[in-house]
Amino acid sequence: MPIFPETLTEARHLRDLFAAQGAQVVKADVLQSAETLLDLYGEDIRARAYLTSDPLRGEMVLRPDFTVPVVQMHMHGHADPARYTYAGKVFRKQETDETRANEYVQVGYEVFNGQNPAAADAEVFSLIADGLAGLPVKASTGDIGLLMAAVRGLRTTDARKAALVRHIWRPRRFKALLNRYGGKAPVPESRAALLAADDPFAEAGPEIGLRSRAEVQARIDALHADAAADPISEEELALIDAILGLRETAPHVLSALRDIAVDMPAIGDAVGRLNARMTALAERGVDVDALEFEGSYGRTSLEYYDGFVFGFYAVDRPDLPPVATGGRYDALTARLGEGRAVPAVGGVIRPDLVLELR
Amino acid sequence: MLKLGVPSKGRLMEKTFDWFGQRGVTLRKSGSDREYAGAVDGIDGVELVLLSAGEMPRELAAGNIHLGVTGSDLVREKLANWDSRVAELAPMGFGGADLIIAVPQAWVDVNTLDDLDATCAAFRGRHGFRLRIATKYHRLVREFLREHGVADYQIVDSQGATEGTVKNETAEAIADITSTGETLRANGLKILDDGLIHASQATLFRGRRKDWSDAQRKKLKALQMVLGI
Repeated sequence: MPIFPETLTEARHLRDLFAAQGAQVVKADVLQSAETLLDLYGEDIRARAYLTSDPLRGEMVLRPDFTVPVVQMHMHGHADPARYTYAGKVFRKQETDETRANEYVQVGYEVFNGQNPAAADAEVFSLIADGLAGLPVKASTGDIGLLMAAVRGLRTTDARKAALVRHIWRPRRFKALLNRYGGKAPVPESRAALLAADDPFAEAGPEIGLRSRAEVQARIDALHADAAADPISEEELALIDAILGLRETAPHVLSALRDIAVDMPAIGDAVGRLNARMTALAERGVDVDALEFEGSYGRTSLEYYDGFVFGFYAVDRPDLPPVATGGRYDALTARLGEGRAVPAVGGVIRPDLVLELR
Repeated sequence: MLKLGVPSKGRLMEKTFDWFGQRGVTLRKSGSDREYAGAVDGIDGVELVLLSAGEMPRELAAGNIHLGVTGSDLVREKLANWDSRVAELAPMGFGGADLIIAVPQAWVDVNTLDDLDATCAAFRGRHGFRLRIATKYHRLVREFLREHGVADYQIVDSQGATEGTVKNETAEAIADITSTGETLRANGLKILDDGLIHASQATLFRGRRKDWSDAQRKKLKALQMVLGI
């Protein structure tokens, strides 16, 4: 798909806007090592990114975004706080929709700042909004961290909480697990039989492959422990549903969450962070009273956002992908930082869509 | 002229010839036994093209052939949005095989996708890499596992003898086609209770008619009348 000169002009304009805020202009290679991305995203990346191989460097990928290379670059330097901006093409396979571009320009702004996360969230959001000023777009926001806090606060086993957190980004399995742990879904026949068996290995057959008998036994023990645990209560299931079902302006959501926090104190800190973020956004001139918040927002994106998430959508063009997206990815820096984590938040704008709406 | 693609060898070719023969259209190889040329009797204006079943989806989608016989699994695997690019005219009732997920029988704790997913998580923590599933059906397996929310696995390519990969420790589980399950059992594997990805059979497909002439459209109608489909 051709990239028009106007798109590149718009991209430069946006990048200059970000650089004027003190962001360092950075570049990234088009060809990235596939290993890191495969480890982070697993098979989903194969469905979404172009993989190719190099006889010396192994599997390579046409960069599907800038976030990972920018994080890697930041981790090699030592600046904190640090701000970066970039403009360049990214490449995404479109498996189902031929009309969507498979290569397009992104202009991004990333902030690494451990001091004041709420201010950093507000800074990124408001700068992206500035870049889109005057366009017919509407923002949606959410907070994955809130959902994680709610899950971690459930009165149930650590194993169940870990399984639920792992599937926050897969709503269907998340729901199925909640139903199971809440005693609403029947135990599968095969599992009931396994748990009731005197000798579970009676018909085990030959031991083949890397997964050892000890690993199988460990899981059987875990299943016994899980079967002995009390179901998650109706009240707690209802609270999770209430959080997922939130879909109102930010101030209404905040007051609803404060009510929920009475029954689920574990989300108190996360609600406090949401409050701090709203204050910081208001200080930057964002109309917080009209800002949409959805409890489920950001759950179906690639799974590196773990806090504040946002997207800007064309008001009268539901056929278009979001014009801008972003969010907080603290866990990603921890994974890529080899023990060192730096809280980070960023966002990208698509200049081609900006032009289409102008 | 309508070009009809038929698998170029083996049982699949013979069964296809039988299927058309029973419906009044005789397909046969012309020339010597080794030559890939064919002829059609019983209806005019249809040309027989013999090619590999694996290439049929691509040739249909490209418009190089108008009709083609191949496995419904191959069309789904090889063509993104397959149902917008080709259409099923008739399932043919042979060449049946199920694309399934199988794990070692020794995994007495794994019988469902839910178990497999939990095992993937534990395996990654223990071994430091994602649990490997050997298959040649990359797209179908990935879409199926994504749909069912299975994470922390990786697909490793296996173009043959897939059932042996677990014993050889190049994979922990497999996704492959099976008709009786005999080879799986012989290799110490079992099928997951909810591990059926696709029940495949030989199917007559047609390509996208966008570029077809009126004569070709009429010819297809005539052929469908003769075949009774």
